[in-house]
Amino acid sequence: MDQLIHQLLLPLLYTLCVVLPLVIGVAMYVWWERKVIGWMHVRMGPNQVGPAGLLQAFADVVKLLLKEVILPTNANKVLYYLAPLIALVPALAAWAVIPFSDKVALSNANAGLLYLLAMTSLGVYGIILAGWSSNSRYALLGAMRSAAQVISYELAMGLCLVCVLVLAGSLNLTDIVNAQAGHKGIFDWFMWPLLPVFVIYFISGVAETNRAPFDVAEGESEIVAGFHVEYSGSAFALFFLAEYANMILVSFLAAILFCGGWLSPIPDAVPVLGHTSILWLFAKVFVFATLFLWFRATFPRYRYDQIMRLGWKVLIPIAIVWVLVAGCMKYYGLVHIGTGG
Amino acid sequence: MIDPSLFQLVCFYAFAAVTVVAALSVITLRNSVHAVLALVLTFFSTACIWMLAEAEFLAIALIVVYVGAVMVLFLFVVMMLDIDQEKIREGFVKFLPVGLIVAVVMLVEMLGLIGVRMMHTQTMGENPATAAGMSNTQWLGMALYTQYLLPFEIAALILTVGVIAAVALTLRHRAGTRKQHPSEQVAVKATDRVRIIKMAAERPADSQPAPAQESKP
Repeated sequence: MDQLIHQLLLPLLYTLCVVLPLVIGVAMYVWWERKVIGWMHVRMGPNQVGPAGLLQAFADVVKLLLKEVILPTNANKVLYYLAPLIALVPALAAWAVIPFSDKVALSNANAGLLYLLAMTSLGVYGIILAGWSSNSRYALLGAMRSAAQVISYELAMGLCLVCVLVLAGSLNLTDIVNAQAGHKGIFDWFMWPLLPVFVIYFISGVAETNRAPFDVAEGESEIVAGFHVEYSGSAFALFFLAEYANMILVSFLAAILFCGGWLSPIPDAVPVLGHTSILWLFAKVFVFATLFLWFRATFPRYRYDQIMRLGWKVLIPIAIVWVLVAGCMKYYGLVHIGTGG
Repeated sequence: MIDPSLFQLVCFYAFAAVTVVAALSVITLRNSVHAVLALVLTFFSTACIWMLAEAEFLAIALIVVYVGAVMVLFLFVVMMLDIDQEKIREGFVKFLPVGLIVAVVMLVEMLGLIGVRMMHTQTMGENPATAAGMSNTQWLGMALYTQYLLPFEIAALILTVGVIAAVALTLRHRAGTRKQHPSEQVAVKATDRVRIIKMAAERPADSQPAPAQESKP
């Protein structure tokens, strides 16, 4: 009986410990998005439900869950209901290898970075299938745009990850964070030697999650709402959840791969503030997550051909060159690689 | 309580069964989009089997490359096609003998290969990655970039040539297409587009043309 608990129930419990805060985090993130964009538009944002409108997101969830899921005429029934799940499952599965601290991770897999690449590349199926099975022109257009965009930016993103693993010499995310440890605090992070790649990674992350200014897959002023135009109620809520979970995931990865994860930006000689802490990780993630919202409030949407040009002719060449630069930096020992602990 | 090796065996048979069923449905499903999805499932469960065999790099590479990129493009194309199911089935009887011959030849070849393998008394050596105390990915990288560097680089070169050839074959310059030149757009100056002329707000009185004489009746 003891063994059963160890082998089956404990992993399940740990998984819940990640997924539940994630879902609540998504709700808070939606509230924060509406607040931030409200302030940038010089208006209040949600302020009626609960203190400072904090419960607005939960009210919206309840509203969505109570709505009817409508099946369009001649839609492909199985795929139509399966698509939101296919979008959500990789978005949640990717969290299995995210380390939260030196010792805390659901799975401290050796091929963690590869696994992440595999999981993030699966998310596009949900979008394509949703667009195709809805039997709607707008949805199909959105799915086409999204497929081309996600594949293009995945290449740039993959090359950025190659730079990180060349420097760190490991695919294990905990090792990658520990490789950024040192006595100089913020200056030991990979974001300095890999600055162009760091910027490219974040741009690709925004494009991968189909967020503004790369939100042509939704493009509400051109193709109404793109791939999920026919979805309502809880099916729509799943797409929503997947998108925001992916945004938080990209923020976590930016913090872990380039900004030292739970390491402190202050040199470790300083008492208290120089210590490693999970709070540093959350602070960095918060900054990146807020950047997503800032972009949305600031930039106009890219045109489709401009997105393709930026991805193929600007980001990918720079990333390829920087793979070579990272290799030279590693070979000549120009970057300090910490050992952690 | 749960025997690990037994559990592994059960998992292997489960994944293998899913692979076979999915592969069969690729060629039997009528809807081509469903067939592509069945192919995706085939790849996915094959990756699971490889993972069981501790070939983690190959398993994840299969998902990243085939499921994540190749099959997405495949699905993309198949979704766009307007396939007439009846027309495809028309030639079925005509091509059946050819298809059967190919299938039989392939079966014989595969059985022969399995037979040769069975007759080999030599067993497979120990997993070299475990022997070297490295993870599968690390060992594969070490082997490829040291021992097998030249074949690896040659393979990379051939692939690059293939990519360039594919692009060169499909790139056609159609007449009448309009293109943007972002570098020119960025380099443009206001003086290229608008010419501002200094002129007085009013014209001098004497140069004013006389109002046209209205013809009086």
